[in-house]
Amino acid sequence: MYGSGIVRGLGVTLKHFVNTYLEDIRWGFRRHVPDEAFPLRQGLETRGIFTVEYPDEKIATPERFRFIPFLVVDNYDHPERPGHDWCTSCGICAKACPPQCIWIVRGTNPETGRPVPEPAEFYIDIDICMNCGFCAEFCPFDAIKMDHDYELASYDRTSAHIFNKQRLSKEFRYWQSIAPTRAAEEAQARGGWEHKDVLKQREKEARAQAKASESGS
Amino acid sequence: MTEHVQVAETVTPLEDAINRLEARFAGAVRRDDREGYSGVIVDPGKLVEVATFVRDTLGFSYLSSATAVDYLGKSEGDHLEMVYHTYNLQGGPALVLKTQTPRGEATLPSLVGVWPGANFQEREAWDLMGIRFAGHPNLKRILMWEGFHGHPLRKDWREAYYEQDTKPFDSRWPEGHVSRAEEHNPYGKNVTYPAGFTLDDYESQAEKALYEDVPMGVHVTDMATDRVVVSMGPQHPSTHGVFRMVVALDGETIVALEPVMGYLHRNHEKIGERNTFLHNMPFTDRLDYFCSMSNNLGYAVAVEKLLALGKRWDPPTYRAEAIRVLMVELTRILNHLVAIGFLLNDLGAYFTPLMYAIIERELILDFFEAVSGSRMMCNYMRFGGVAYDLPERIQSTAALVNDRVRDFDTMHYLRALINDRLPRAIDQTNDLLTTNEIITNRCIGVGVLTREDAIAYSAAGPVLRASGVPYDVRRAEPYSIYPDLEFDVAVRYHGDIYDRYLIRLDEMRQSIRILKQVLPILEETRGQPFFAGRGGQYNPRIPAGEAYGRAENPKGELGYYVVSDGGQNPWRYHVRSPSFINLTALEQMCKGHKVADVVGILGSIDIVLGEVDR
Repeated sequence: MYGSGIVRGLGVTLKHFVNTYLEDIRWGFRRHVPDEAFPLRQGLETRGIFTVEYPDEKIATPERFRFIPFLVVDNYDHPERPGHDWCTSCGICAKACPPQCIWIVRGTNPETGRPVPEPAEFYIDIDICMNCGFCAEFCPFDAIKMDHDYELASYDRTSAHIFNKQRLSKEFRYWQSIAPTRAAEEAQARGGWEHKDVLKQREKEARAQAKASESGS
Repeated sequence: MTEHVQVAETVTPLEDAINRLEARFAGAVRRDDREGYSGVIVDPGKLVEVATFVRDTLGFSYLSSATAVDYLGKSEGDHLEMVYHTYNLQGGPALVLKTQTPRGEATLPSLVGVWPGANFQEREAWDLMGIRFAGHPNLKRILMWEGFHGHPLRKDWREAYYEQDTKPFDSRWPEGHVSRAEEHNPYGKNVTYPAGFTLDDYESQAEKALYEDVPMGVHVTDMATDRVVVSMGPQHPSTHGVFRMVVALDGETIVALEPVMGYLHRNHEKIGERNTFLHNMPFTDRLDYFCSMSNNLGYAVAVEKLLALGKRWDPPTYRAEAIRVLMVELTRILNHLVAIGFLLNDLGAYFTPLMYAIIERELILDFFEAVSGSRMMCNYMRFGGVAYDLPERIQSTAALVNDRVRDFDTMHYLRALINDRLPRAIDQTNDLLTTNEIITNRCIGVGVLTREDAIAYSAAGPVLRASGVPYDVRRAEPYSIYPDLEFDVAVRYHGDIYDRYLIRLDEMRQSIRILKQVLPILEETRGQPFFAGRGGQYNPRIPAGEAYGRAENPKGELGYYVVSDGGQNPWRYHVRSPSFINLTALEQMCKGHKVADVVGILGSIDIVLGEVDR
């Protein structure tokens, strides 16, 4: 019959319409999806409407989510080196960066003039950054990581969009909070929660101590 | 199994074809014996004859890609080289034809007479490389505007914010004092203008040229005729982006159509040649931004072919290949759902089918985000595997205000998605649209591309298969683990909009079939390496040579022609984009139909401007 195809199609939209209200009844017509219902309203079980009312509700980003990078520094209440950069200014991130948005000034000792393993300056032009995550992927010191904070609107692109070292630095604690499993995996690979160099130093000291106590006895 | 294999040395069909070619055109055809290269080099004078012979007698009737390479400063002498990849539609590897011309007065015979599909590709080669094609019907610039000075892909051409020939740039480390490119180089010192150029006298030749040629005898200023020229786009809601068609109309009927593109042109290939090999991976995401996973795979296939030329090379592990196929087939489903949605938008079903498609796409994108870290710009494949293994759980942690948290088991999520949710979504699309009388009236018999035309115009993907050519790269020149998987190549025979719609439903069903076979492989290989060889190499050594890697993208055959000179950057990086080449046949499909049908026909080709304009 002519027109039956249209009626059949309208049946599909009607089903969606009814399902939306059935789900609303189920959650008591609350304006925003309650926390416990969220995986059901934004998941494989959803039959009705599929909307998230940003910014009143936001979908939390998964661990691997990558947005503009940040630099990991030791926690500000770290006993030995509070706020110390994990970055050693080796420059691998700057080389691996496809749009070349990372600028690093290698740190030098003002007395000897020799390079020291920390950056004097570190810039990322976030207008150029393409969020590919190569810097974090290839950093041998786990010192640069991709952030989860995607709300970065600003009023002036010329002054506000070049992030300097201070703006980029975030505590190690923050990385643990946004990516707990990956932080744990990386710590396991390094052999501890500290920076690679600190762990190496401690190992060295422990060995020296053991040697000293051995020769002493 | 081995005892059945005959040890007798058999000549492969490709070898045989080359032998016959050499015998027939002795002196004009020689094998390309440069290390890492394949195919034959043809004398330009004999090119048309050779191409006709290759097409008609040898059976390599499908021209996949035609592109140019600039060998400036290379040992064999400065020349431009045109490279044609031709395929037999029965399957098998490419017969590669090459022909060379000096850089100064670069002229080659046009092959549009042999393969109409070379039309846009030759225009692109003229535009970007500056090779003139004698006998081309309409040799105008295609991506740049008419009147542009220079040919951007030539090695001695420099872009406005040129900094250095190749990345990584020296200014970034160890003395990396930040500066913005536009402050550093206002109106760049390296921008060249033609001699005697002044801005005051500048008049756009692009518009003039367009309206001089298209109207086919219509004088735009003189309206004493019922033929009119209409410019559709570039800001037209149905052109899927900034795409423009200049249409000559007789009443409401289309008599001529000229696509105008390049509004989104960013010289992707030049950027690719400045980049290192790995740098290009995230850039491929931006080609067809619906299918970044498949774009990644095509590029990985191409570079892995180059890597295989070297001595030390570990092919991707089985798990890596299984994950790749999982990603690519999910991409195919999401692309086809959205393509059907947009097609229906174009036909006037304002957004309802599209929004239903986007719900399913959302679920797939959630999975992509949890695995690769990004919803659309996945940047997930690497040379030799993938970037990360599948996570145990798709979970999130609240980091921002009002964040709502979800937590699913990955394999459970995949199983529910593939076995239940997506098949239901495909059936729902079918119920919603297939028998709808408005759709059948507007689609059946409209925009027909015949089998012969589809082959001649180098159409690819659903457009080719809807015209009755069962050609699918996954079967014709298999890559990844497709030989182990059971699926059919979908084919339809009418070549109209309706068949191009139906074939997308068929292909989604085949993808579901593939995915159902991939799931157990993923379970079995759990915990196995997802990357072959040494990880953590941001700058792998790529041996010198050429490779043409192609993958069956949702929109058609995506090819990457990559030439390496052994350095850390590709010497040539060309993208054979299906959207761009499928547009070659647009005029053919539209002629004789009403102006309202153009929108539907364009929608049925399914283009993405990021890929058309590159």
